[in-house]
Amino acid sequence: MATTESDQMAYIAAQAADARVNVEVETDEGMTLNLGPQHPATHGTLRIVAKLDGEKVLAAEPIMGYMHRGYEKLTEVRTYPQVTTLVNRIDWLGSFANEVPFILAAEQLMEVEAPPRAQWIRTVLFELSRIANISLFLGDMAVQVGATTPVFYAFRDREFVLNQIERVTGGRFHPNFDRIGGLKDDLPKGWIEETGAVLGKMRDFCDEMEELVLGNEIFQARTRGIGVIPPDVALSYGLSGANLRASGIDWDIRRDANVGLVYDEVDWKVWTHPDGDSFSRFWVRLQETREAINILEQLLGGIPSGPIMAKVPRIIKVPAGEAYVATENPLGEMGFYVVSQGDLTPFRVKIRSASFSNMSITPWLLKGVFVPDIISILASLYFILGDIDR
Amino acid sequence: MGLVESGKIPKPLTKLLNMSRRYSMWVYQWGLACCAIEMGAAFASPRYDVMRLGVIPLPASPRQADFLVVSGTVTDKMAPAVRRLWEQMPDPKYVISMGSCANCGGPYWDSYSVTKGVDQVIPVDVYVPGCPPRPEALLEGIVLLQERIMNEDMAERWKGDPIVVE
Repeated sequence: MATTESDQMAYIAAQAADARVNVEVETDEGMTLNLGPQHPATHGTLRIVAKLDGEKVLAAEPIMGYMHRGYEKLTEVRTYPQVTTLVNRIDWLGSFANEVPFILAAEQLMEVEAPPRAQWIRTVLFELSRIANISLFLGDMAVQVGATTPVFYAFRDREFVLNQIERVTGGRFHPNFDRIGGLKDDLPKGWIEETGAVLGKMRDFCDEMEELVLGNEIFQARTRGIGVIPPDVALSYGLSGANLRASGIDWDIRRDANVGLVYDEVDWKVWTHPDGDSFSRFWVRLQETREAINILEQLLGGIPSGPIMAKVPRIIKVPAGEAYVATENPLGEMGFYVVSQGDLTPFRVKIRSASFSNMSITPWLLKGVFVPDIISILASLYFILGDIDR
Repeated sequence: MGLVESGKIPKPLTKLLNMSRRYSMWVYQWGLACCAIEMGAAFASPRYDVMRLGVIPLPASPRQADFLVVSGTVTDKMAPAVRRLWEQMPDPKYVISMGSCANCGGPYWDSYSVTKGVDQVIPVDVYVPGCPPRPEALLEGIVLLQERIMNEDMAERWKGDPIVVE
C-alpha cells in the first residue's frame, strides 16, 4: 500500500471524532454517559454508551471492535499448524483451551485421532488453563465492587499455575503446544508431583477467596439480586458457560457433548445456581475452579503411557470438507467451524466465541439498573475483549 | 524553575533533578490485549512488584502520569484514542511500547485492522520485545528508561519546543 505516515495521521485525525472520550449532555432524552474504550472496568477496550436519567440507566449499548484483529481473515492465509499461534491469542487468559477445538476440528477432517496419552495431557492442560483464567476473575470481580486485596492474592497464586503450564509448553501465556494428531512434547520429569502440590495451593486459594469475597457483607449487598437473568432469556440470547449455569440451566459441553477430551473417565459434577444474579455467577465460577482442581487430581493419577503423536504427514493438507467442534472453554462455548478445500490453508474459519454471545445480553440486562451496578454486572458476565472482537 | 526554562542548569543540579525524576514516576498503563495481563502481573502482583523501582502504577488520569506503557495490539479504531490520551499527558513524557503488536504489528503484520506499530501514532522511547514479554522484560524496559532519564540533558529536553512526530 502506498499510504505514507502523514496520510495515516490524517486518517487518524479524521477518525478522532469517533473516539472522543468524554461526557456529553443531551437535554431531551437524558444524559449520555460514555464508558471506555479505555476504562479499567471494561477489561481492555470495550465501550459502553448509556443514556441516563439521574442514576438510572434508560438504555445502554456496547460498542465493540476496538480490539478487532481480523482472525477469521488471517486464518485463510496461514497453514493449519500456524493457525494455533493465532487462535492462542483470542482468549488470552486461557490460551491452551483455544487451540483444542480448532485442532479437534482439523483432526476430524483428516480422520486422525490423538493417542490416549495425548488426549489425557490435553485435558490436563485444558483444565489448568481454566484455573489460570478463572482465578483472575475471582480477584477482578472483587476489585470491580471495591475490594483491592483479592486481586493481589489472585495474581500471586495464579503464577504457580502459569509456572506449571510453562514447564510443559515453554510459554507462560501462549503455549502453542497442540498439534494435529497429538502434542509437541511429553510431560517433563517430576511434573505430575509438582502439579499436585500446586493444586493444593489453589485449593487453599479457593477457600481464601470464599472467605474474603463471598462472605463479605458489602460484596453480597452489591451483587445479590443485581443483574438477574432468567433461564429463558439466558437461552434466547445464546449465553454459555458459567453465565448459563448461574441461571439454573444444567448444560455443560464437557459432560453433554464431549468431543476428543477424556472427561468421561473422571467423576465430577456440573454446578448450577437457581438465582441468575451477579452473586450466583461468581459462586458458580468459584465452584467450577474447585471442580477443575478435583478433575485434575483424578486425571494426574491415571495418565496412560504410550506415544503422544499419531501418524500424520509432515506437510499437513486437510481433505475437503466441513467440521464444527465446540468445547467448554473457561468463558463458555467456543466453537470452530472449519471449511477446507484440500489446501494447506483453511478456506474459511468461523469462530464462535463465548464472550461475544455473552456480551449481546448487555442492552437487555443494563436497562433500568443504577450506574454503579453497570460495573459489577459487566464484571460478573466476565468477558475478554479478544474473545469478543476477535 | 527559572534556571530550567532559561536553559542554564549547572551539571550537578541536572544530575540531582534527573535522579529525583527517575525514582518518582507515575505510570499510565494502557492495557489493550494479552500484554495487559503481563503488565498487570508486573504492576499489581507481589512477585514482580514494580514499586521497588520507584514507579507508581494507577494514576487517576493521564494528566498525572510521567510515562505511558502501551501494551497490546493497537487497532486503527483505537489509535486516535491512544494519540488523544498521550496528548493529555504533561511534558516531559515517555512511552514504553510493550510487546510485538505495539512494536510492529506482531502476529497481525498482515491484518487489515491493526496499526503496524504504535510508533506511527506517538513517539516511543523504549521497545520491549516479546509476545507477550515476561514481566521481568517489562521491568528491564523500565530500568532502561530510567537510565535514559538519568543521562538526559534537561536543558535540551525542556527547551520548550513541542515534540513533533513526522
